[in-house]
Amino acid sequence: MTAPAPSVEEVARSSTSVRQTVAEGLRERIDLIVTPIFFLLMLGAVVLLWVYGDLDATAQRIINWERMQQRILEHINVTLWSTLLVVSLAIPLGIFITRPQFRKFAPPVLGVANAGQAAPAFGLLVLFAGFFGIGTRTAVYALLVVAFLPVLRNTMVGLQQVDQSIIEAGRGMGLSKRQALTQIELPLAVPIILAGVRTALVINVGTAALVGLIGAGGIGLSIISALQLRRDNAAFIAAALVAALALLIDFLAALAERYLRPKGI
Amino acid sequence: MTPTEPMIRLEAVEKIYPGSDIPAVARLDLEIMPGEILVLVGPSGCGKSTTLRLINRMIEPTSGHIFFEGEDVTNVDADQLRRKIGYVIQQIGLFPHRTIAENIATVPRLLDWDDDRIESRVDELLTMTGMEPSIFRSRYPKELSGGQAQRVGVARALAADPDVLLMDEPFGAVDPIARDRLQNEFLRLQAELKKTIVFVTHDIDEAIKMGDRIAILQEQSVIAQHDTPEAILAGPASKFVEDFLGAGATLKGLNLMRVREVEVDDMPTVVAPTSREQVLQTLDSSGSDWVLYLDEKRMPRRWLDRRSLDDVEALSGAGREVNAFVEPEDTVRDALEIMLHSTAGVACCVKPDGTYRGVIRLETLMALIADLQRQERDKQAAVAAASS
Repeated sequence: MTAPAPSVEEVARSSTSVRQTVAEGLRERIDLIVTPIFFLLMLGAVVLLWVYGDLDATAQRIINWERMQQRILEHINVTLWSTLLVVSLAIPLGIFITRPQFRKFAPPVLGVANAGQAAPAFGLLVLFAGFFGIGTRTAVYALLVVAFLPVLRNTMVGLQQVDQSIIEAGRGMGLSKRQALTQIELPLAVPIILAGVRTALVINVGTAALVGLIGAGGIGLSIISALQLRRDNAAFIAAALVAALALLIDFLAALAERYLRPKGI
Repeated sequence: MTPTEPMIRLEAVEKIYPGSDIPAVARLDLEIMPGEILVLVGPSGCGKSTTLRLINRMIEPTSGHIFFEGEDVTNVDADQLRRKIGYVIQQIGLFPHRTIAENIATVPRLLDWDDDRIESRVDELLTMTGMEPSIFRSRYPKELSGGQAQRVGVARALAADPDVLLMDEPFGAVDPIARDRLQNEFLRLQAELKKTIVFVTHDIDEAIKMGDRIAILQEQSVIAQHDTPEAILAGPASKFVEDFLGAGATLKGLNLMRVREVEVDDMPTVVAPTSREQVLQTLDSSGSDWVLYLDEKRMPRRWLDRRSLDDVEALSGAGREVNAFVEPEDTVRDALEIMLHSTAGVACCVKPDGTYRGVIRLETLMALIADLQRQERDKQAAVAAASS
């Protein structure tokens, strides 16, 4: 009826999307540029100290490269297994307690998960060692509890924030409940769930520095040895290595977040 | 199916929500004939949306039966049923993580159509709703304007060629100008497709424009009147209907009449390429204050008067822009509004392809209104005579 001109709505829409892009762009710049810079700084510190750190024989033994490799692998091993376990348990549970008929279970489940995160990781490790004995398996269980909440909560929030009208439209066209869940709700919740997984990874890579205390190795064990033997340079190298590993894992998770997010949202 | 058999029939359908004593929908009987647009209209909270959602069993009725083409579907698998019924809601609900083509293909995919058939159907629907497939096929919903998203919503509902379309305030979320355009496009589409449509709105003007028949609902979805728009305007069945129609029933009658039914007048025009001299000559010879400037494709562009020729070099930039026209499917009410805002005091009419058709003058509309008023008086007199 009228000559084409951008409607009010169109203008509003484009301006919000511009704002969003700016905010997202900023966050991505931090994730994908600043984090790697810090990673390289930490790595540089490790190398510098290793070469010019004036390390005596004891210190050399603590951070001996062969041994360090093993510690790094142990660290990664514990981190990945515990996170994998968190993902495979917390996501299904999060889906379950957001279904209308099971929503009543949400408060008690969240309460337990909250307690898991509130408990100090250190205490939890010792407590678990008391129950299950020392070793990698116990460490993985403890980390599972520590990092459970972020994934559970983000799964729930991710599913709940999906616009009801989108689900309504899908159901109205004949998608079954299961199809609506797998084809609409879960894909739209992916960015938020991934953010939860990333948080869990970062928590676990940090907490894994403590698992040396209960016989599960990790880079933390080298820190403990160095501190006990008062080899500060060696302790610093191991600590910087933990930091570098955490930054690297966070960076990889950020990449995953970026590339696994469904297009269009 | 005999032609008189309703496409959809609701029989004593009732919905009582758990924990409530008062039914949201109370024993509703309703028939919707094949190929008609039935508009459910009523004040908010009257249960019109609930009624619509009972038809495709998004809400399960507490009691009563729903029939499609004579078949009782009250207890069939609801998901299967819905795949045969198009559904459009106000928020549209496009899937943001899927492209426009994937969105439109939703129901065909559920029905296991093969890829080639889906692809050609998607292109067909995009073309049908006025969206160039090569541009829009692979876009995402967030890249669309409100009006475009609405078109995709309609295309998606039509994808598997359902006989029935349920629309819940489908044009409620777009601005008035886009809404008007979408309504016209939709009516044009419906003239070809002849779907059976149940259309919910709270806007009586929209109901009058869109409906073949209108059911005015009051509390608990009780039908206050169910008839053609003309009959409802001419003889409201109750005080409730009269109040709901509001003042100016005659003016609303203008919503019923399409611009294509109105005779257009001539207006002095010049066609590009032209010159100032020619414009002046046309102004002189016609005695009109304004002359309409058409471009090479005969599309109306500018209103020119004597003064506007003085200070501009190119005619294509002179005078005032023609910023609003009426198409054949627009209502006479639209024409009136445009006329009141138009520089030259007339509504400029175009053909469906955008080329110039003529103008509607205020005098023409005055005559029409007088005519409508006379008809209404006659009808009321006839009713009064019959009832006495």
